[in-house]
Amino acid sequence: MDPRGVGATHPDYMRAESGVRSWLLTKDHKRIALMFYGAVITFLMLGGIFALILRTELLTPETTIIDPMTYNQMFTLHGVTMVWLFLIPSIPAVFGNFVLPLMLGAKDLAFPRINLASFYVYVASAIIILTAMVLGGADTGWTFYVPYSSTSPTAVTWMGIGIFVNGVSSIMTALNFVVTTHTLRAQGLRWHRLPLFVWAIYGTSIIILFATPVLGLSLLLVAADHGLGLGIFDPRYGGDPVLFQHLFWFYSHPAVYIMILPSFAVISEVVCTFSQRPPASYRAIAYSSLGIAFIGFFTWGHHMFVAGMSEWDAGVFGGLSMFVAIFSAIKVFTWVATLRGGSIAFSTPMLYFLWFLFLFVFGGMTGVAVATQSLDVHWHDGYFVVAHFHFIMVGGALTAFLAAAHYWFPKMFGKLYDERVGLLTSVAVFIGFVFTFLPQFLLGNAGMPRRYYSYPPHFQWLNVLSTGGAWLLGAGLILALINLVVALKWGRRAGPNPWGSRSFEWITSSPPSKHNFDVTPIIERTPYDYHLSEEDARARSRAS
Amino acid sequence: MPVRAVELAEQFETIEKQEHAARLAMWVFLGSETLLFAGLFALYAAYRVMYPADFHQALAHNDTVLGTVNTVVLITSSFTVALAVHYVREDKSRLAALLLGLSVAFGMTFLVVKFVEYADHIHHHALPAGMYTMANAPPAGAVMGQTLYWFMTALHGLHVVAGMIMLGVAAIGCARRRYGRHRFIIVENSGLYWHLVDIVWIFLWPLFYLVK
Repeated sequence: MDPRGVGATHPDYMRAESGVRSWLLTKDHKRIALMFYGAVITFLMLGGIFALILRTELLTPETTIIDPMTYNQMFTLHGVTMVWLFLIPSIPAVFGNFVLPLMLGAKDLAFPRINLASFYVYVASAIIILTAMVLGGADTGWTFYVPYSSTSPTAVTWMGIGIFVNGVSSIMTALNFVVTTHTLRAQGLRWHRLPLFVWAIYGTSIIILFATPVLGLSLLLVAADHGLGLGIFDPRYGGDPVLFQHLFWFYSHPAVYIMILPSFAVISEVVCTFSQRPPASYRAIAYSSLGIAFIGFFTWGHHMFVAGMSEWDAGVFGGLSMFVAIFSAIKVFTWVATLRGGSIAFSTPMLYFLWFLFLFVFGGMTGVAVATQSLDVHWHDGYFVVAHFHFIMVGGALTAFLAAAHYWFPKMFGKLYDERVGLLTSVAVFIGFVFTFLPQFLLGNAGMPRRYYSYPPHFQWLNVLSTGGAWLLGAGLILALINLVVALKWGRRAGPNPWGSRSFEWITSSPPSKHNFDVTPIIERTPYDYHLSEEDARARSRAS
Repeated sequence: MPVRAVELAEQFETIEKQEHAARLAMWVFLGSETLLFAGLFALYAAYRVMYPADFHQALAHNDTVLGTVNTVVLITSSFTVALAVHYVREDKSRLAALLLGLSVAFGMTFLVVKFVEYADHIHHHALPAGMYTMANAPPAGAVMGQTLYWFMTALHGLHVVAGMIMLGVAAIGCARRRYGRHRFIIVENSGLYWHLVDIVWIFLWPLFYLVK
C-alpha cells in the first residue's frame, strides 16, 4: 500500500475536476459537505450577529440601539437561524457527509443525487426564511406558540413554510445516512466495528426521520392558521392552543438530541484519537446514543408543566426527562474513563473536548433541575432556562463543531492549522461562553424573564457581564475562522494521518481522491486498535 | 426495442445491494410519512374526545356512499398496482404499463369523486373555520370537525396526486421497456408509496364516514 494512504495515486477530490459547474452539480459527498460547510458558517455568523445586537441592546434597561419591535423580530430570527440553519444541519450535513462514507470504506453515500438535492432544498429553505425576514420577519420566538403566532401581523406563514422545507432537507440527509450505514459498509466492517461517530449519526438520523414530519405538520398547521385562518389551534373555533405545544415539543424536544448527538459523535472520536486509547466501553457509548434517541420521544411534556398539566403527568414527564441524564452520564463517564492511562495530547480538538465536557455536564445537571416540576415552575420562561439550553445546545454543539472543524481539517484539506492560535481561540471561546451564559443563570434565578426588552436596573451588572462575554465569544469564533482560512492557503502539508488515529477515514489519503479509495478496503479490526502499530493497523484494513 | 442493461451506480458493488438500498430507503421514508399523518390523527382523537356531540353534527354532512365508493376505488387501484409489480417481475412490461395506467385512472376517479363531495360541502356551507364570520358559525366543536375533515382529506389528496405522478412515471418506463425483470425496483417503490396512500385513506374512511 502507498504510505501516503489508499487513493493517493489519484488527484484529490478538490482538484479532480474544475470549474463552478463541477461544484454546483457535483454528486461527490465531500464536495457537497464543503458546500454545506460554507452555508452553515454563513448562517452561524448571521445568527451570531443577531445575538450580538440583542446582547448590546440589553446593555442598558432602556433603549440602547434598537426599538422593541425590531428586538422581538431579531430574537425570533436569531432562534430560527441558529436552530434550523446552523445547529441541526451543522455536524451531520458537513462532517457526517464528509467522513461517514470514508469511515465505512464506501465510495460515496447510497444516494448521491438525493444528497445534492438536500443541499439545494436547504438553500431554498434558507431563501424562504430570509425572504420572510425581509417581509417583516416574525415576532413569535422560534417556538411559534399559538394563539399569538396565528394572529401576529408579521410574516409567520412564510417562516413556517421555510422551516417545513428545511425539514424536507433534513429528512433527505438522514435517509441517506441510514441506508448508507446499512448497505455500504466495507467487507468485514460489522456493526460492532463501526466507528462511534457512525453510531451516533445513525441515532440522530432515526430521530430526524421520525420527529421532523411532526414538526413539519405543526408548523404547516400554524402557517395555515395564520395564512388561511383555518383556526385548528384557535379557541374561537374550538381549537386548543395547548395541543399545538404538545405537537411542537413532540418534535422539538427530540430536536435537542438531534443537535447534541452529533456532538457526542465527534467527541467520541476526538477522545480516542488524542488519548491513543480504545473507548473504555465501546458498547456503552454506542447503545447510549440509541437510548437517548428512544427516550427523547417521551420527554416533551416537561416543556408544559405550567400549561395546565396534572401533577401526576408532570411527575411522569419529569422522571422520563431525567432518564436521559442516565444515558448522558454513561457517555461522560466512559469518555473520562477512556482518558485513564492514555497518552493524552492537549491539541486544539482535545481542548475543545474539555470545554465540551464542562459545559455539557453543567448544562445537563441544570437540565435535571429544570425537569423537576417544582423548580421548573419557578424558572419557567426565565433566563435560567435560556442559560440551560444555551449550555447544552451551544456549549455542547458549538464546541463539538469546533473540535470537528479542527480535528478533520487535515483530512478535508490536507493542511495543518496553526496550533498555538488554535489553542488561544479555544480558550477565548470558552471564557467568552462562560461569561455570556453563567450570569444568565443568576438573572433567571432572580426572576428575569426571557425575551424581555427591558429589566429593573439592579439586573444591569449581570447583563453587562453577559454582553461582554458575548463579544469575547464572537471574537474567539472569528479568530478561529481566520486561523482555519489562513491554514487553507499557507498551512503546512499534513500527512494522511497527522494525529496517529486508527479510525478508518485516515487510511485513505488526505485530502481523499474523488472516489475515496482506489479499491474498497477490507476491514479486519476495530477503529480503536491502539495496541497495534500504525503499520499493523494499516495492514489489517488492507485493500482488496 | 432493446432491453437496456441495468445501471450499477459506482458506490455499489452489486445490483442486489443497490436494490436493497432503494427498497430500504422507501420503507424508511414511508415510516417518516406515517408520522406526518400520525400528528393529525392525534389531533383528531383529542378534538373528538373534547367535542363528541359536535363532531357527530359536523360529520353528518358526509355522504357515506360517496366515501365508500372512493374506498372501493382505492382498494381496487392497490390491487392493480400489486398486479403490475407482479407482471413487471415476470418481464411482462407492457401489461404492467397498462395496469399502472389503470391505477392512475382509478386515482383520477378518486379525485373526481372527492371534488364532487367538496362541491357538495361548499353548497351546504360545511366549511373549515376561516370561512365563517362569527355570527353564523355553528358550534365551535362542529367547526373543528369540518376543519379537520378538510385538512386531512386535502393532505391525503395531495398524496394521491404525488402517487399518481410516481405511478405515471413508472407506467411510461414500463411501456418503453426500461423496466422489466432486469429492473423493477422503481415500479415496486412507487407501488409501495401507493399502498401508503391507500392505507391512510382506509383510516380516514371510518373516521369521517362510518363513525358518525
